[in-house]
Amino acid sequence: MSAVTQNCRTVYGQTLVELGREDERIVVLEADLSKTTMSMFFQQAFPGRYFEMGIGEANMVSTAVGLALCGKVAFVNSFAVFAAGRPYDQIRQMAYLRDLNVKIGGSSCGLSDFGDGATHQGIEDVALMRAVPNMTVLSPADGNETRKAVRAAAAMNGPVYIRINRNDMPDVVPPDAEFRIGQPTVIREGRDVVVFATGYMVAKALAAAEELGKEGISIRIVNVSTLKPIDEKAIRELVKDAKGIVTAEEHSEVGGLSAAVAFILRGSGVPMECVAIRDVFGQSALGYEQLLEHYGLTSSAITSAVKAVLR
Amino acid sequence: MPISDEKAVELREMARKLRRDIVVMIGAGKPGHLGGSCSLAEIVATLYFHKMRHDPRNPRWPDRDRFVLSKGHAALVQYAALVEAGYLDRSALGTLKELGSVLQGHPDMTRTPGVEANTGSLGQGLSIACGMALAGRIDKKHYRVYCILGDGEIAEGQIWEASLAASFYKLDNLTAILDKNRIQATGTIIERYDTNPHPEKWRAFGWHVIEIDGHDVRQVAAALDEAEGIKGKPAMIVAHTVKGKGIPFAEDTAAFHHGIMTKEQYEAALKAVGE
Repeated sequence: MSAVTQNCRTVYGQTLVELGREDERIVVLEADLSKTTMSMFFQQAFPGRYFEMGIGEANMVSTAVGLALCGKVAFVNSFAVFAAGRPYDQIRQMAYLRDLNVKIGGSSCGLSDFGDGATHQGIEDVALMRAVPNMTVLSPADGNETRKAVRAAAAMNGPVYIRINRNDMPDVVPPDAEFRIGQPTVIREGRDVVVFATGYMVAKALAAAEELGKEGISIRIVNVSTLKPIDEKAIRELVKDAKGIVTAEEHSEVGGLSAAVAFILRGSGVPMECVAIRDVFGQSALGYEQLLEHYGLTSSAITSAVKAVLR
Repeated sequence: MPISDEKAVELREMARKLRRDIVVMIGAGKPGHLGGSCSLAEIVATLYFHKMRHDPRNPRWPDRDRFVLSKGHAALVQYAALVEAGYLDRSALGTLKELGSVLQGHPDMTRTPGVEANTGSLGQGLSIACGMALAGRIDKKHYRVYCILGDGEIAEGQIWEASLAASFYKLDNLTAILDKNRIQATGTIIERYDTNPHPEKWRAFGWHVIEIDGHDVRQVAAALDEAEGIKGKPAMIVAHTVKGKGIPFAEDTAAFHHGIMTKEQYEAALKAVGE
């Protein structure tokens, strides 16, 4: 893990500007959170292709549908909780059109908006978005991957939901690593247990690997930056000979990474544990790490889970 | 310019054909959205066969005017227009809602040539139309976007979000038409959930409002022309209509919002609209 950290939403905003420069079809819609989602960078660079839609997420999503039907590649922005949840029906109606280029930036995902409390913490957004046919769901692990994920979303045809963390995150993915939608990647090799992690939990898994290494336990860490579609064959290959499996995500235990992996590996008989938010709402805290710790999203939780599956 | 007498006769005849096609599509003994489709016959006839620039041989012509049926349950009237205009073979009419049919219960642009947007989940079409109008502005295109709403549908809050957006962005390339047939699925609008007064609300939201008899093709055509001439704001045509218009037993009742015609009713309907 690098000592370098990057702020994912800043990277997100900068990447939109890059894309805007390269592709005239890119348009950006915002629901009054531009200073937090960082869509304001695009607003400054391309005011004619930026639309403030007021505090109205449903209208924002359907307006993006109209723009996309006329050939635009439309990025809509809000916090994950409002981007995925508030306009759920608009999104699921829209996603029926499998080639429609509406990309949803789910900003301040998970518990990353620690201060604002349960109302603002999108902890079930992945479950909602994974349930929609045709939807691609991305969950980048760091700043570099955020940039690649946003670019990949723009480059593909079809609706995409991208989780964007609010805070600084350490670089965990090599900057020159190839990013392919649907492709889980091994971040660290190991032989005993396979840890499937996504988002910020990849960094936590890397820290856990250091701790476990001291005890002679070796883990393979797989970064699952695409939560849908998942390459099922690749997941099955990755756990061959594994003594146990652990998943780690900053999301509810319902419908996220753990559900996806457990579904793929059903019947395999390999012991499995999941590190996720239990089926509860979040709350305010003065710090991100403090809140993650409260909900058990830590490297030591991953360490314990690894030991549990080895028992 | 007012339409000629010949054009008015032609559009009235087209409205009759649309109603006939709607009745044939539904058939006897099966449920179908008869009422809200028939209330739109003159409006849709005037749009497809007089006002809109479109090309049935090239449904994706980039400069075409766009038609978004926000009240998607009235799909039958659009399907009828698409058949009459030549987008679809007439044989499609007999396949409505059959498994695998090009004619789904609600508009599906992936299956039906000429359909511009997937609607049916009410309240979303006006936003989609706004997006199309914004795209036209970015691309400096001269197409217009037409969007048909129901007076029951506008209870959906998203309609008013879109209404604000259309006026904030001064979308004068957008014409909305409110099919004010006064009846929703379960009863009259006034008794169930009153969305009135309509002209006042749309004016307050910054729209140019025109009120017409939605069954008078001359008034429909004139209102569409007036709307096109308005600069700096979107236009709303509040069209007073009769639910089930032209089908005597289905007029002005919620029973045929999504009713089933008996064999006798089906024959009476065909008789009323002519073969």
